[in-house]
Parts: sequence; C-alpha cells; structure tokens
Amino acid sequence: MLMYLKVFLIGGLLCVIGEAIILKTKLTAARILVVYITAGVILSALGLYGPLVRFAGAGATVPLTGFGHALAQGAIAGVQEMGLLGAFTGGLTATAGGIAAAIFFGFLIAIFFKPKPKDYQ
Amino acid sequence: MSQHRIGRQTVAFPMAPTILSSAAVVGPKEGRGPYGDHFDLVIPDALYNQESYEQAEHAIFLEACSRCMKKAQLQPKDVQAMLGGDLLNQIMAASLSARELSIPFLGLYGACSTMAESLLLGAILTDGGYASPVLCAAGSHFCTAERQYRFPLEYGNQRTPAAQWTVTGAGACMLSHQGKGLARIHLATIGAVIDMGVKDANNMGAAMAPAAADTLAAHFRDTGRAPADYDRIITGDLGQVGSSILKELMIEKHYPLSDEQYLDCGLLIFDPHEDIHAGGSGCGCSASILSAHILPKIKSGEWKRVLFMATGALLSPTTTQQGESIPGVAHALVLEGDS
Amino acid sequence: MDQNRNNTLSHKEIMQRYAELVKKFTPKSKLAQGCLRSFWVGGSICVLGQAIADIGAAWLKLTSTAASSLASVSLVFLTALLTGIGVFDRIARYAGAGTVVPITGFANAMVSPAMEFKPEGWVLGTGAKMFTIAGPVLVYGISASVMVGILYHFIRW
Repeated sequence: MLMYLKVFLIGGLLCVIGEAIILKTKLTAARILVVYITAGVILSALGLYGPLVRFAGAGATVPLTGFGHALAQGAIAGVQEMGLLGAFTGGLTATAGGIAAAIFFGFLIAIFFKPKPKDYQ
Repeated sequence: MSQHRIGRQTVAFPMAPTILSSAAVVGPKEGRGPYGDHFDLVIPDALYNQESYEQAEHAIFLEACSRCMKKAQLQPKDVQAMLGGDLLNQIMAASLSARELSIPFLGLYGACSTMAESLLLGAILTDGGYASPVLCAAGSHFCTAERQYRFPLEYGNQRTPAAQWTVTGAGACMLSHQGKGLARIHLATIGAVIDMGVKDANNMGAAMAPAAADTLAAHFRDTGRAPADYDRIITGDLGQVGSSILKELMIEKHYPLSDEQYLDCGLLIFDPHEDIHAGGSGCGCSASILSAHILPKIKSGEWKRVLFMATGALLSPTTTQQGESIPGVAHALVLEGDS
Repeated sequence: MDQNRNNTLSHKEIMQRYAELVKKFTPKSKLAQGCLRSFWVGGSICVLGQAIADIGAAWLKLTSTAASSLASVSLVFLTALLTGIGVFDRIARYAGAGTVVPITGFANAMVSPAMEFKPEGWVLGTGAKMFTIAGPVLVYGISASVMVGILYHFIRW
C-alpha cells in the first residue's frame, strides 16, 4: 500500500511541475512533452532518475520523463551488448511497446471514430 | 477629392445603399445563446450532414447566402456581385459558395473583420453605380478554425482564460441602391492595420483592440462626431479582454464609450453559462449578430444610428510560429434606419 | 496609434505601455486550482499504471521491464479509446498537465491528429499528421538517447 502512495505522490508531483511550467511560462503542452522526455534522458544518463524509479515505480515511469529514462537506459544497455550500434538500437527497443501501441491504436481509432466538437457547460 | 471622401479614412455614400435583407445560419452552441431564436437557421450538429467540417462551413455559408437572396426575392442571376470571405485557408467556403451561385465574385480576407469589409466594399460598388444588388457575406466554423489555427478537436488541451471561441455560423446581407430594407449605410471608415506587438495567439482581443481604437478615433476625427451621436457602438469580436482594453484606450483618446452604448458581438452571441472563456470570435460572429440582432433593432426604430465595427486579427499559423506579432484591423460602418 | 503620430513617445515605449495594459486586463490562470487538479489526476494515472504492472508481474509472471511495458501499452490503449469516444479532451481540460505529462499525453497527441486529419486521406492525412504534435517528442527523445549511448560507448561511466 505504501508503494501506491509513493507512486501517487511522485507521479502527481511530476505533473504539478508541468502544470506550473505551462501556466507560468506559456510553454505549450507540446513543448512540455519535449522538455520532459529530454529531461528524462539527461537525468537518467546522469544516474539521477534510476533511484526515483526504484523509489516510486510507475510514479516515475509513467510520466514522460520515465519514457526518456527508458530510452537512455535502453541506449546504454544496447551499447553494453553490441557496442556503438547499440546506441542506435537500444533506445527504441526499450520503448518499442509504447511507441508501437500509440501508432497502432492511433490508426485503429482513426478508422472507427470521428472527432467531435464538445459542448462544455 | 469628391464629396465621397471625408477626412483621411472615411467615405460617405450619398445614396446610402439599402440593406434589403439579411440572413444568419449558426451552429447549435450559438443557437443556445441569447439570440438563438433570431437566427434564420440553427443547424442541428456541427457537421451539418457533410463529410468534413470544411464542407459544413461551405454549406453554412451557402445556406446564409441562399436565404438572404430568398428574403430579398432575388435569384442568383439577378445579383450583380458577391463579396465575401471566411477563415479557411484560401477562403474556400466563400469560393465554393460562389461556385454554386455563379454570381460574379470578389473574394475577401479580413479575418474576423470580413463582414464589415464586404459591406464597405459592397456599399462603394452600389453607391458608385457599379453593381446592384450586391451580396455580402462572411462565415466561420469552430472545428475548421481549431484544426487550422490550434489543435485537433480531440487533443487534450487547456484553453487560457483570454482565449476566444470561434463562432460556427455565417451571415449574409443584400445591398441595393433602391428599395426599402432593414437599414442604410451612410458612412464607412476604412481601418489601418495596427500592431502593438501582441504575440499571444490566445489573446486576440488584445491584439485587435488597438486597431479598433484607431479606427474609432479616426471615424470621430474625420466626421466631427462623438460617441454620443450613436445609439450603439458595436465591435465584432474583441471579447472580454479586448473590449475592456478598447474602453480604456478610448478614454485615453478622449472619446470615452459609455457602458450602455458599447456592445461587442463576441460577448453577445453565447450563453454566458457556457465555458467559452473570453467570448466569441470569427467572421461568423459579427456577421450573424448583425443579421440576427443589430439590423432588426435598427429596422424596429429602437436604435436610430449604429456604428458597426468588425475587428480582425491578421495572423496565420506560419507567422505566429515564426514569432511575428499579430496585426489587427477594424472597419466601421454607420447604419441608420431606412425610413 | 494617435500618440504614435504625435511622436511624443518612442515606438518602443508605446509598445511597453500597451503590454502593461494588456497584462492588467488579461485574466490570470488559476495556479493553485490547476496544480491541485493536475496532481490528483496525474497521480491517479500513475497508480493505475502501477496496478497494471503489478497485475502483470503477479498473474502473467512478467519481468519488471515487461510489466512496465504492459503498463505503458495499456495506458496508451485506454487513452486512444477515450480519445476516440471524445472523452479524453474533457478529462484533459480539467486536469491540464495531469494528463499531458503521463504517457497518456503522448498517446493523445498521436491519436487526436490521426482522427482529425482523416478527411485528408489515409496516407497524407492520418498517416502523416499523426506525428504533428508527438513527432518532436520522438525526435528529441531518441536523438538525446542516441547521444547518451554514443557518449557511454566512449566514456563508460
């Protein structure tokens, strides 16, 4: 149960930082995604993100910084396994699930649904 | 120059062209607004039985034109010129409507100021004896504007408090040199393009307010009139932020606007309980309110003289991404009762 | 502007004065409310991810990496579905960064243009436009990770 509390707190906190950046700097959400994934890669390479993942599990892996972490760790593992070529194959191998899912489900959903304007009350 | 010219920016129409008829077609959200019953047609859903929202925008535009012609008891072959535009890239809603109607067509782009621009040029054509009757129209669609200027409809994005909601709708007016109609156009002030360096595409009211103030001041200076000479002064789509700024700017220019006489179509069109943030925008905003609210009030005699000024933010997604600031433009028309 | 023509103030000063006027009349976003909403929604999405990963590890006997992938794929699927039926943008409107920052934001950024640009065709519409918002994430994320890999190859920290 304690684990879930940690997941909730760290995951929520990472989102709050994003919200504060959006509201205070007028950075669009699309830019936030780029900032987060790049920050994740760098923090992971510096060895700072791994401990957070061990501490908070999905609280650190589900936010896009976690995506960046997976990319960086994948690239490092790739290099360990097959040398320089691994720098190119490792990152995408580690994150293939999420990316392929987004592409495939995006395509699938586009087949079946049409976008609609919303009426917000 | 001739008697048609007053001052630097204003033109006078000695024959005062008549607005014979008008029509407005709007979307469901606009239909739920305070003037829902006054529109000629409220479409049941934003797609309006079409394949795409662009086609829907075209269909709405065409419907407004057709209804306007019908009310004036005119056939397309009787109409000598059509002036109009919209917000789609390359003003395709207006062009496709003109294709269907086969009326000699001049496409206009003035962003959300297009309705005033088309009436202004239409009045010049009519008054000068170059064409009559002339069909003037403008329209916009929320769904096409969102994807063109902002994000896909299903993209999860928070709108800022100053953001405005593009009106789904179109309005059309038939101008003529003869006959009795809803109102007459006596004067028009052509606006200069003003840019005060606003770069936030989500705060278009602030980008347009200086142009509105500039045109208003030019109008009063050219004509020697004051705000008190008008029963109503109505801007197109400055919204909450832009209209507050305009009132402040007009105080600085020594032409203060009173709260009773100053209205903004962007603040009129939607039910205030709907979450539309700073108000409505888009060509269709001023065009549909003109037809549904302003012209009937002038026709009934409740408002004797109205200054109608549509405002436009002249931005494109490309210039915004390149960091260009947003120029604004506003054109004003003096409308009086036809009696 | 009038002052502009009178030339009493420099152009820059007029622009600055106007920027202050705009600031005065532009309503502010509610920071506290936005943070609270993004906190609880974002935290809950992560908890859901953790639960999926735990179930995957316990029932399907997945390794921790595989369980984490399962969580990603499941959240992406849920987001895609909610985007398709037109619910996701409503949640995002409430939660702001709470849905943007988790992988749900990435998925929504792929799915929503895929749907939106269907009228422009399957190839140049759905196929190409799918990456208009999320593409940069892949470009910068992958580029950064390749650089990390190259550096690691030569330095081995």
